[in-house]
Amino acid sequence: MPASHDSANEPHGNTAAHATRQFFYERFGLSDRLLERCLAEALGAGGEYADLYFEFVTASSLGLDESLVKSASQGISAGCGVRVVAGERTGYAYTDDLSAERLLRAARTAACIASGPAQQPVVGFREQQAPALYPVAGASADADVTAKLDLLLRADRAALGYDERVVQVRASYADELRRILVVGSDGSFAADTQPMARCNVFVIAKEGTNTTRGSSGGGGRVSMDFFLTEKTPEHFATEAARQAVLQLGAVAAPAGEMEVVLGPGGPGILLHEAVGHGLEADFNRKKTSAFAGLVGQLVASPKVTVVDNGVLPNRRGSLHVDDEGSPTQETVLIEKGVLKGYLSDKLSARLMGIADTGNGRRESYQHIPMPRMTNTYMLSGEDAPEDILRSVKRGLYAVNFGGGQVDITNGKFVFAASEAYLIEDGKITAPVKNATLIGNGPEALKYVSMVGNDLALDEGVGTCGKAGQSVPVGVGMPTIKLDKMTVGGTGN
Amino acid sequence: MPPTDARMQTTVGTDQDFVADLVNRAVRAGATDAEAIYAEGDEFETEVRLGQVETLKESGSRAVGLRVLIGQRSASTSSSDLSPDGIERLISGAISLARVTSEDPYAGLAEPTEFGSVPGDLQLFHEDVYSLPAAERIEYARRAEAAAMAADARITNSKGGSFEAATGRKIFANSRGFVGEYRTSYCSIAAQPIAQGSHGVMQRDYWFSHARSLAALDSPESVGREAARRALRRLDARKVKTQRVPVVFAPEIAPAILREVLHAVNGDAIYRNASFLCDKLGERIAGENITIVDDSTLPGRFGTRPFDGEGLPARRTLVLERGTLHNYLLNTYTARKLQLHSTGNASRGLAGAPGIGAGNFWLEPGTQSPAEILAGISNGLYVTELLGHGGNTVTGDYSSGASGLWIENGALAYPVEEITIAGNMQTMLLNVVAIGNDLIFYGSAACPTLCIEGMTIAGE
Repeated sequence: MPASHDSANEPHGNTAAHATRQFFYERFGLSDRLLERCLAEALGAGGEYADLYFEFVTASSLGLDESLVKSASQGISAGCGVRVVAGERTGYAYTDDLSAERLLRAARTAACIASGPAQQPVVGFREQQAPALYPVAGASADADVTAKLDLLLRADRAALGYDERVVQVRASYADELRRILVVGSDGSFAADTQPMARCNVFVIAKEGTNTTRGSSGGGGRVSMDFFLTEKTPEHFATEAARQAVLQLGAVAAPAGEMEVVLGPGGPGILLHEAVGHGLEADFNRKKTSAFAGLVGQLVASPKVTVVDNGVLPNRRGSLHVDDEGSPTQETVLIEKGVLKGYLSDKLSARLMGIADTGNGRRESYQHIPMPRMTNTYMLSGEDAPEDILRSVKRGLYAVNFGGGQVDITNGKFVFAASEAYLIEDGKITAPVKNATLIGNGPEALKYVSMVGNDLALDEGVGTCGKAGQSVPVGVGMPTIKLDKMTVGGTGN
Repeated sequence: MPPTDARMQTTVGTDQDFVADLVNRAVRAGATDAEAIYAEGDEFETEVRLGQVETLKESGSRAVGLRVLIGQRSASTSSSDLSPDGIERLISGAISLARVTSEDPYAGLAEPTEFGSVPGDLQLFHEDVYSLPAAERIEYARRAEAAAMAADARITNSKGGSFEAATGRKIFANSRGFVGEYRTSYCSIAAQPIAQGSHGVMQRDYWFSHARSLAALDSPESVGREAARRALRRLDARKVKTQRVPVVFAPEIAPAILREVLHAVNGDAIYRNASFLCDKLGERIAGENITIVDDSTLPGRFGTRPFDGEGLPARRTLVLERGTLHNYLLNTYTARKLQLHSTGNASRGLAGAPGIGAGNFWLEPGTQSPAEILAGISNGLYVTELLGHGGNTVTGDYSSGASGLWIENGALAYPVEEITIAGNMQTMLLNVVAIGNDLIFYGSAACPTLCIEGMTIAGE
């Protein structure tokens, strides 16, 4: 019986989503009929649910080093992943050849996870409607390459011009356009075109025998105009140069427990590591997270409210639909210190009897989706940032961070400060060298005693790794004070 | 569970001629030089949790990458679309992209006289990784987890047991006459049990065995038991006071310290002034007890390959000898920049210019057994796990989260966690006071038990 697309939606449908669907149908010869055949094949040995995830990605990057554009590359990647879910089990197969024969073969391979009578997919697709959070027309990927090169040359000039101690500049510009089509045996159907662009600058500064580094970067689901009007190459270049030069005068970071003030924006990586991962539903369904069973309990100071929000316009972690085709949303994780819920995908929502928060994400068609963060941040409080600093007798003020990591099971997490200062008698004094901060997720946020009124989101640089899969994410935070946290320096 | 042995056949019709032809077509289209890589792979993965199959994944993929030079300008393209149209776009894209890049006087392929490949069978490919029927592969994963769960009543939960197998094939050709290819295989067993302590606090740990041949894997049972032992010994861990004591790195974690040296001898970091080992060739930078070797010719190892990412033969390079820095790791480009010779360490992905990658990279063992090293320490830290990314290659500053066991009176006394260790690599390399005789390759980098003095432990 021929499949029917739910035509009621089409005339009013999101035109970008519609264009993405047409792209896949025309370029790869897909049809509703073929998709239904694949889903039927996938459920041929039983199972409750199957889906097909088509992906077509074009990516490009340019690299400048020693004032020369030394590298330029472009890539195309296309494929389809077929998933079959039977109880708690998942079968998965993918193919980079989108012919009907290979799609059906992948569906048969994934079907091996189940062992029962064949199930029938729902007939007729319901196309997911989505708001417009990011541009499709005028995406950075379509912009002229010489315009992108100009961004790098501008970054180079700005960094070298910042200070004569800047001896080396590297800059890169990378963008991609990712088209996805997700079709489920429950009749779900979603298409999306997701742009991403990013500019990075790395600087080396030298004075005598002392050499230091600084880096900065940012972007999001934006068009190239973003780098001409909102965050210019000069912005990133001077920021990277400023950090490198600052480090020339850095003293040893202190060691041990102390009061720590985190600046607004990027330091929100604290939330990503301390609570975000621990609240992903898969770890809680399996009770392998330090946060398992703590819903309704106090896991942070009453001043702390943390959300994950996939529907912020243009942000790096934002998505119209997740990689299971479900709409993204704003999800409250911690409200006034009380744990409210988890970040879920279809599988964990069904097995745990909770709502799907639209956090099912995957790195590519070669990967099985799982619960992941989007943009995770703490809401503003009442305190003025200067009052927060003034309240600290002796402590650390950290404003920029590199990476972090967490052990989900015991809750221990680290994040590495790349720009931090000593606070002495309420005043910011000497810059300190790079240091790792360490804490315990379910406890750390209980020591938050002040929350600033200056919520900011990061510049758009985060990439989160979990089980070998990388996805872009955002973080954010107002200035906060933690009454104690362990700082991993070498000083006193 | 029906068998899923039928692997994707992705190799049909693609061989060295295809890749060499791609290079020739790029030259005909206007490139003065070109190089191309073709990569294909199959993977199988299964995870079993609490005795039940959780995931079963099986697939293959292939892609091709092209890098062209027009004079001293270069660019690259990659694609999974190997159709005639796709290849046409790959070539025209690379040519037009190269025209917009800068002239770099150091850009270019290696000289034909440098090309070569290690002869003979390097034992990188073993058919047996796919020899098991699917049901038995699942059984490997199940047995590893079951052994962990059965080890102790305090093992109460699990993140699962797994079995993976993979094969890959790489073909590389360039316009100066090099064509070569090799296959690799991989298989692994792992277990991740969770132990529960007296106050309900959970600790997970992990153990694994991986090899290029199924026959070389440890038994699933030994993997599971070791994973359980590691999780159990973390129970009821304490936080310790901030202090400076000797730090001993277990051989499974010590390669993380060695990798800080690897980043610092990378030719890219050297010519960019971005390493604490810049301008240090020929100088004493470490204790006399430190010798570090890179060798990509050892049969069967994970860092082994017949030729590097530019077609230069694999070789052995002495990086540090008794504390003196002898060699950086270089590809053709960084060698030209530094007026040195390539060490055959070009690495290459599908897209982009060649980078630098180590082969098998290790620190030569000492004579003391790990127990003898511990016996000499009255108060110290034995590190079994690091959290975070550690070092700053530019300054040598090192700071990382850590957990492990506290050493008291020459023996391991109790588990510790939520602490950091910090120092600077330049002094750490001079302060290695003991090196174990236990060199074990857990991956392509290996480092025996290492005791370093003078690091700061931050805790309470």
